[in-house]
Amino acid sequence: MAAHNLKHALFCAIVTLVIAYPILGFNLTSSGTNIVLEGAKTHTIGLVLLAAVAVFLFQLFRDNITGLLGKAPALNPLANRQPMEQSKRLKLESTLLTLIIVGALFWPFFVSRGSVDLATLVLIYVMLALGLNVVVGLAGLLDLGYVAFYAVGAYTFALLSQYYGVSFWFALPLGALLAALFGLVLGFPVLRLRGDYLAIVTLGFGEIIRILLNNMTNLTGGPNGIGGIPDPTLFGMEFGRRVKEEGNTSFHETFGIAYSSEHKIIFLYLIALVLAVITALVIRRLMRMPVGRAWEALREDEIAARSLGLSRTAVKLSAFTIGAFFAGFAGTVFASKQGFISPESFVFLESAIILAIVVLGGMGSQMGVILAAIAVTILPELAREFSEYRMLIFGAAMVLMMVWRPQGLLPMRRIHIELKAQE
Amino acid sequence: MLEVQNLSMRFGGLLAVDQVSLDVQEHEIVSIIGPNGAGKTTVFNCMSGFYKPTGGKILFEGREIQGTPDYRISRLGMVRTFQHVRLFNSMTVVENLLVAQHRHLNTNLISGLLRTPNYRAQEQKSLDRAWYWLKRVGLLELANVDAGNLAYGQQRRLEIARCMVTEPKLLMLDEPAAGLNPSETRDLNQLIVSLKEDYNVSVVLIEHDMSLVMDISDRINVINQGRPLASGTPDEIRNNDDVIKAYLGEA
Ligand SMILES: Nc1ncnc2c1ncn2[C@@H]1O[C@H](COP(=O)(O)OP(=O)(O)OP(=O)(O)O)[C@@H](O)[C@H]1O
Ligand SMILES: [Mg+2]
Repeated sequence: MAAHNLKHALFCAIVTLVIAYPILGFNLTSSGTNIVLEGAKTHTIGLVLLAAVAVFLFQLFRDNITGLLGKAPALNPLANRQPMEQSKRLKLESTLLTLIIVGALFWPFFVSRGSVDLATLVLIYVMLALGLNVVVGLAGLLDLGYVAFYAVGAYTFALLSQYYGVSFWFALPLGALLAALFGLVLGFPVLRLRGDYLAIVTLGFGEIIRILLNNMTNLTGGPNGIGGIPDPTLFGMEFGRRVKEEGNTSFHETFGIAYSSEHKIIFLYLIALVLAVITALVIRRLMRMPVGRAWEALREDEIAARSLGLSRTAVKLSAFTIGAFFAGFAGTVFASKQGFISPESFVFLESAIILAIVVLGGMGSQMGVILAAIAVTILPELAREFSEYRMLIFGAAMVLMMVWRPQGLLPMRRIHIELKAQE
Repeated sequence: MLEVQNLSMRFGGLLAVDQVSLDVQEHEIVSIIGPNGAGKTTVFNCMSGFYKPTGGKILFEGREIQGTPDYRISRLGMVRTFQHVRLFNSMTVVENLLVAQHRHLNTNLISGLLRTPNYRAQEQKSLDRAWYWLKRVGLLELANVDAGNLAYGQQRRLEIARCMVTEPKLLMLDEPAAGLNPSETRDLNQLIVSLKEDYNVSVVLIEHDMSLVMDISDRINVINQGRPLASGTPDEIRNNDDVIKAYLGEA
């Protein structure tokens, strides 16, 4: 055992050296017209060696360290309390949620513009994560290209407004439906694949969409993106200083108040809030319907599910399509919020972040996913000074979570179903 | 109602099932017995559509069903259990029964999202059916426990209940008594007979527990190394020399 540990630790340390030394240990410097390779400063090399030693020590004492981490839940005062009775808990949860939503409705009128803008982004991520939660958390399909459907929603709105002057309210359902259609069409050939294969194919699909958007310069403007995407209107009232579309009126004039650019931001926030709440409610209901149970059943035991008459393709496709639908929703809101979109916004990292939100929150758990979406979007903004280390911190947080609380922040809880006695 | 004619199943070089025939009439319990590796489960897998047989025919109510996808077959009214219990472990006991009833809830997404009266009525019906079967197999108290946390015997009963809520015509049980203690086996014995008597379900049973098989079967098929060895009533099988030599004798 000890020998095996030592060997493993040595191996890990060597891997660290092999990876880190060539990357950090050499510098390219230009002398005149030539580029020459130079060894890095001694203290960089020292740090690389130090890192290798750290890896070695960690791997050597890994069992002890993770053992200590495993004890950490004891620090959590809530860990061992008695579970609350279901009816009480549900009541508490719904009052709390109502309060939060009502609070969220009024909150933007009292805070800065930047905060409202950030909150809108959070809500967009909430929608995305709730949608992906259906695919990954409930149906158990690892989708690494989820951002593609987000892009479809955003570009649907951008293109429709650019070429046909379609407004936000028309584009919203169209974007979502088109994204769902993409989900359906892609899902059909892909969903026979399992696990890793599915992950890789969806990853590829996400990249294909982005590259297509990048290269179809005539239609999408390529890397330059599409600008001038209109803001949503409120019953034909625009939020700009001057009315752009004929037949519309402007919001501040109608109500006889001074123009403020904040109106628009708050309005967008409210739209995002309403849509996020709708998303959560719809998915919550779906989870308790036969489709929702079928998703979980297929994830739990595909063979048993099939033996009971569930069609694998139909069930998986429905999860994929519904997930894509809500990504399209979020995409439309995003396009409207930014006013400008380019393929830059739909890189793989976005898929990874949304997936991380689902995993951190607790697969299948709506409350967990919402909390995680808030945390993952806001924390980097609060810790701006550390922005260089953002990905590092993110990765470390994921690793710690997997060791300490693999089931996520707020794991999914099953609802108890009351069965009434019959006569 | 079910007729299997000259069924063969080949896995590469191995002929796991070779020319097996059997039939099940309405209101009948038919057993398949045979030593380990005889091909019994493979016959089930062909009947339930998990495998596409390499030869022979399977007729259910006069329709050829060999090669029909598994989920279609169960919709025809032929449902099975598994030799190694397959429940949806992280779902609760009731949820396991509700999943099985997706077909009774043949309403669309919209009516479910809006919770129309029709949808609610159907939902209530499937809850009632779940209640009934949980009571029938004695799991009512455990309705909201995760299925994975049930004791082994309870899991076996839940698996049967999960088949029954689909209201099948033919039930296929793969070693339902494996791992049960004698008193549980006695309950199972009564349950299977009652499924036939009270719910008019025909049963195909794979089982190693000879006393159970001899007690409840109307007819028995013996297979050995994939080939049919004998078939007949329990008495005929008990007195069949080939069977005694190949199977009962060594046990
Ligand atoms: N998918 C498969 N691929 C290859 N060989 C298989 C497959 N399934 C079953 N077999 C082989 O077919 C033969 C019959 O297996 P089967 O599981 O049907 O036996 P059984 O009668 O159910 O035995 P037991 O009483 O142990 O359950 C075995 O030799 C087995 O290894
Ligand atoms: Mg078997």
